[in-house]
Amino acid sequence: MVDFAGWEMPQQYTSVREEHAAVRGAAGLFDVSHMGRVAFAGGAAAELLQELVTNDVGSLAPGHAQYNLLCNEQGGILDDLVVYRLPDGSWSAVVNASNREPDVAWMQAHAGAGAEVLDRSAETALLALQGPRAEAVLAVVAPAADLSALPYFGVTEAELAGAQGVGISRTGYTGEDGFELFVPADRVAGVWDAILEAGAGQGVLPAGLAARDVCRLEAGLRLYGNDMDERTNPYQAGLGWTVKLDKGEFIGRAALAGFRAAGPDRVLVGIRCGERVIPRHGARVRLAGEQIGEVTSGTHSFFLGAGIGMASVAAGRAPVGAQVEIEGRGAGGLAEVVKLPFYRGSVKSAVTGAAKQAG
Amino acid sequence: MGERRYSETHEWVAVDGSVATVGITDFAQSQLGDVVFLELPRKGQRLAAGEAFGVIESVKAASDLYAPLAGTVVEVNERLAANPELVNTDPLGEGWLIKVEAEGGLPDSLLDEAAYLKLAESGTGH
Repeated sequence: MVDFAGWEMPQQYTSVREEHAAVRGAAGLFDVSHMGRVAFAGGAAAELLQELVTNDVGSLAPGHAQYNLLCNEQGGILDDLVVYRLPDGSWSAVVNASNREPDVAWMQAHAGAGAEVLDRSAETALLALQGPRAEAVLAVVAPAADLSALPYFGVTEAELAGAQGVGISRTGYTGEDGFELFVPADRVAGVWDAILEAGAGQGVLPAGLAARDVCRLEAGLRLYGNDMDERTNPYQAGLGWTVKLDKGEFIGRAALAGFRAAGPDRVLVGIRCGERVIPRHGARVRLAGEQIGEVTSGTHSFFLGAGIGMASVAAGRAPVGAQVEIEGRGAGGLAEVVKLPFYRGSVKSAVTGAAKQAG
Repeated sequence: MGERRYSETHEWVAVDGSVATVGITDFAQSQLGDVVFLELPRKGQRLAAGEAFGVIESVKAASDLYAPLAGTVVEVNERLAANPELVNTDPLGEGWLIKVEAEGGLPDSLLDEAAYLKLAESGTGH
């Protein structure tokens, strides 16, 4: 178990290799209860969210979720998050564990009369069932939910393994089809067991944070704190598609409009390494001997059998196909700049990179 | 084979006649997580006690391997090139790393099993 933002979280239950194979071939069940769950109450909740985040929540119908960024006035990314509009029209969000307290404080500081920001993290647990068999397995424990009709980034509510009012969203952080489940905290042990029991004959395994990191990297999904932070603007992180400058006023809009007009000075690219090289966070990236950036995330891809990563590099210096050198052990190694994602799984989206539950 | 001895850097060594087999401990493999590949010395390479002789790279991190004794490498576990997970599944058996023709005896600084387990329990990472 490792300490993660104050939570004791399993890195792995059996082995990363096996858990990764389960997610890609059947399904993996993750406990991601460390992530922050925030509710927005009051008649002005939608207006508050529209002011806080970069995407246009005004376009969200009840029963839908949306990937979003929380930026400061300077256009730096404070967090990435998923905003949910529940079937009853109410609003909530899932934020990164390590940012939960500063996010909530930031949101509360901007909430005027008519809107309230409530940290609901302790009341529910959050599970993620991810993989090509996720729907078939979940259907066994949630027979009342019409899962086949739930679209990508859709949100519904149903009874699940005897627990009432479980929130179910078709979202995830692995590149596979799958669901995230908002379970009342006192019922989560039963739900966990019921899902594993239903999936036992189908290759479903519990999966830990280490497998989750490999899956999200293969799927080209960013991790806050690694691939972006407060000194990164959305365009530098390749997340300009989440910024809707024409939706009206919001925090950071003026700065972001400037960044967009100027174009990013650095960009996030995928790198695929040669044999026996694994890029690690912070490793320098060189082009013909000259440093052009740094690795932001890296791992060994069990799917590709190669070291993969993301790197933040000077714009225009490392187009797809460029050969770069990655600093590593000894002489380091060669890598090729490639298109993200590295892997396209069973995820329902047609939109690259939108398959993002806040990491 | 003689009784296993352990280094504070989480390698084990077992001597059979003049040949010592070297691997990493179960604690070390559990801390490293899934091993992805290893860089091991060639046959004939001479090692000094305490010297780095290779690298083990896991999903999480790369770590140096340190020779628990001095000697000449006489065999390398070739199976690990295709099956690095043997280090995880059987670190004290099929996941051995190298065999060394020992020069002189085992260094006094090596620990017996009880002392090593105590060290591992205190949580010193590899």
